[in-house]
Amino acid sequence: MANLTSNFVGIKSPNPFWLASAPPTDKKYNVERAYEAGWGGVVWKTLGSEGPPVVNVSGPRYGAIWGADRRLLGLNNIELITDRPLEVNIQEIKEVKRKWRDRALIISLMVPCDEDSWKDILKRIEDTEADGVELNFGCPHGMAERGMGSAVGQVPEYIEMVTRWVKKHSRMPCIVKLTPNITDVRKPAEAAKRGGADAVSLINTINSITSVNLDAFSPEPMIDGKGTHGGYCGPAVKPIAMNMVAEIARNPETHGLPISGIGGITTWRDAAEFMALGAGNVQVCTAAMTYGFKVVQEMISGLSQYLDDKGMALTDLVGKATPNVTDWQFLNLNYTTKAQISQDDCIKCGRCYAACEDTSHQAIAMSADRTFTVKDDECVACNLCVNVCPVENCITMVEKPKGWLDPRTDRPVGDYANWTTHPNNPSARAAE
Amino acid sequence: MTNSPLTPGVVAGRLSPQAIAANFHDHEAPLDRHEAHVAADRCYFCHDAPCMTACPTSIDIPLFIRQIATGTPEAAAKTIFAQNILGGMCARVCPTETLCEEACVRETAEGKPVEIGRLQRFATDTLMAKGVHPFARAKATGKKVAVVGAGPAGLSAAHRLAMKGHEVVVFDARPKAGGLNEFGLAAYKTTNGFAQAEVDWLLKIGGIRIETGKALGRDLSLADLQKHYDAVFLSIGLAGVNALRAPGEDKANVRPAVEFISELRQSGNLSSLPVGRDVVVIGGGMTAVDAAVQSKLLGAENVTIVYRRGQEKMAASGYEQEHATSAGVRIVTHAAPVAVHGNGAVTEIEFAYTEDTAQGLKQTGETFRLKADTVLKAIGQTLTGAPEGLALDGGKIAVDATGRTSIAGVWAGGDCATGGEDLTVTAVAEGRNAAEDIHASLMT
Repeated sequence: MANLTSNFVGIKSPNPFWLASAPPTDKKYNVERAYEAGWGGVVWKTLGSEGPPVVNVSGPRYGAIWGADRRLLGLNNIELITDRPLEVNIQEIKEVKRKWRDRALIISLMVPCDEDSWKDILKRIEDTEADGVELNFGCPHGMAERGMGSAVGQVPEYIEMVTRWVKKHSRMPCIVKLTPNITDVRKPAEAAKRGGADAVSLINTINSITSVNLDAFSPEPMIDGKGTHGGYCGPAVKPIAMNMVAEIARNPETHGLPISGIGGITTWRDAAEFMALGAGNVQVCTAAMTYGFKVVQEMISGLSQYLDDKGMALTDLVGKATPNVTDWQFLNLNYTTKAQISQDDCIKCGRCYAACEDTSHQAIAMSADRTFTVKDDECVACNLCVNVCPVENCITMVEKPKGWLDPRTDRPVGDYANWTTHPNNPSARAAE
Repeated sequence: MTNSPLTPGVVAGRLSPQAIAANFHDHEAPLDRHEAHVAADRCYFCHDAPCMTACPTSIDIPLFIRQIATGTPEAAAKTIFAQNILGGMCARVCPTETLCEEACVRETAEGKPVEIGRLQRFATDTLMAKGVHPFARAKATGKKVAVVGAGPAGLSAAHRLAMKGHEVVVFDARPKAGGLNEFGLAAYKTTNGFAQAEVDWLLKIGGIRIETGKALGRDLSLADLQKHYDAVFLSIGLAGVNALRAPGEDKANVRPAVEFISELRQSGNLSSLPVGRDVVVIGGGMTAVDAAVQSKLLGAENVTIVYRRGQEKMAASGYEQEHATSAGVRIVTHAAPVAVHGNGAVTEIEFAYTEDTAQGLKQTGETFRLKADTVLKAIGQTLTGAPEGLALDGGKIAVDATGRTSIAGVWAGGDCATGGEDLTVTAVAEGRNAAEDIHASLMT
């Protein structure tokens, strides 16, 4: 069994699976249940300034989208930061940390954008023995209207400024949580780094409306006939989150800045993918909210088995795929594959045919007895047939060797060449 | 003194009324909304779907399942009814395991097809429960069509003709419309008077008049119908029953299985319906299974289906055979009846074992006897009362692909006519197709 012990910016945990700052980490009771189930760490639900706590709606605060068999694919929420008094949270954090010394406990913070507010909250949590702080610059709903959360995260200068205050007034490791509701995630990450952040975590939730009630004509979740945009998370956001993690990991300005990966992680495989793209650890919320804390046990056993099978240590995995994330212009335009349909595995549903014939390149032939075959002289290897086929590995992309004559182009497969040197590129540089 | 399965003879009330009610309860429970959505999710929405090709009425199955999945079962029902106006009954009685579900690609993939029949029932039940009829009649054409026989083929033809704007009169010899939907089929497949409810719902299209108690050859003649109507559609079914051709066949309690089933279907109180203690059903089709299973469900102690060929040759599907054996029916194959014994009423039936030879089926000479107080004959039905002058083919009214008979202006479909299997769904397709052809010929 592979050693999953994780050291993220000096914060140790028995595994790299943390619960993200969210409803599951709002109080001692939940956090202890999470630790009992095996979670390596938690980021405590965001604390605000002292004083009367925020209030939440008393109607539904979550909306969702589902896949087949009502599998929850995306979740959206309009919940705010913790609505429990600051003192209660601080007291519980102290109790939990003293009892669970081997687990990571990070405190998420969100206070108004002035130095005194940050100085004050940092002082208040100083003696909790928490392992670090995470700055919530991400929440897109409610708090952003009050100049906090993503309202800060969308302005790189503010991120840098607040991060600097935090590093000035605290010796704790500082993780800056980024919002995906921006155009280029590298900018806020660079700002966090300039401000002295020890790490970034991403993504926070995405602005969203998950559904519209077609009787009441209101977005859902619906509060007294009205709705507002909420923060979207769950399996559906994973591709967006992974791209953002990779962008930061491969950006020369931020390369090497530790990343805590967040966004739809549901299984060990999701976690491994985030880590391969450069995340040092991962944070999970929706999977726990959907299936309960026990899901971490599959993540632990799965990641462990994978590392054993590969003969890799956890640290070997981090960033292993980062060098292979590149720009389109550097992709090998001479790389050639063709779809191939396994007749033994084909169940003759014809979805590949419909997809190719109606919406792609008319590269699949259908015989009277429903045998489906690929026409190499039409196939551009787009992969749509692979993606719509209900039988895994029935249709595969077969790589063609160098020199193979492609009947579609009548040209042999050549050596590596990309767009930068392609004759059709007006700004192509001459091949060296 | 109450009766039990062990009571000798042919008696009623072998089981408690509660047990009988439970036995004849809906054979396959309807899907609820959630179950339907889970089942619908499994459909792959195949291109040129094999299930649709396998359906005699060519229902657009992927489309109706998608309509269920997206929360519009009423639209799904309309997709079904557009092709098969008796889609509600077919959802209950079709041998889907040899039609759409056998062709389902998920049967290929996992040995577990999409539950097309049950999904069809969910959709059709949903719409029918609302009491609305989804089709309206076209402008009146002034043409009149006579339909003889109010079974599935006749009803299907009548509905399509009425929809096209023609006036339709449907004649039937029996006291009720529905044909085998009402008088045949196993009761547990079509509970709560569904057959009549379906007829009533179908008639909401308007323009159809049903005249019961009118038999062709007795109360009606083809010549008269031709004189008074612009077209005639014959769907008179197969009223005759094949004989065993074994000595003793005339003994009491040797009767056609269809007669027993009809009595059962029309019985208002199954506890008062007599059934034997030792029932032997002869035949290998759906009628044999329906008669045998229902005998067992009424409390017969021993029920045996005896079929003269091998089990693989039985017309009843594997699913139906399994249903019979799980109900406690014994299936004996390769045995042909040679004599019925008994003094007045049957007490035993004697069979000869058979074997397949190069010259066909041959009796081996070895015989055995089964105790029997009831023998139900289910060895096929025959056409009787076909009007003079109609060309026949293999004992059925000869028709072309659109149901035209040898006499101009006369169409035929359903079990009485050639083509297709003797199934409700096939009859519906034939009635519909003939109606389209009648319409085309009347409007030119």
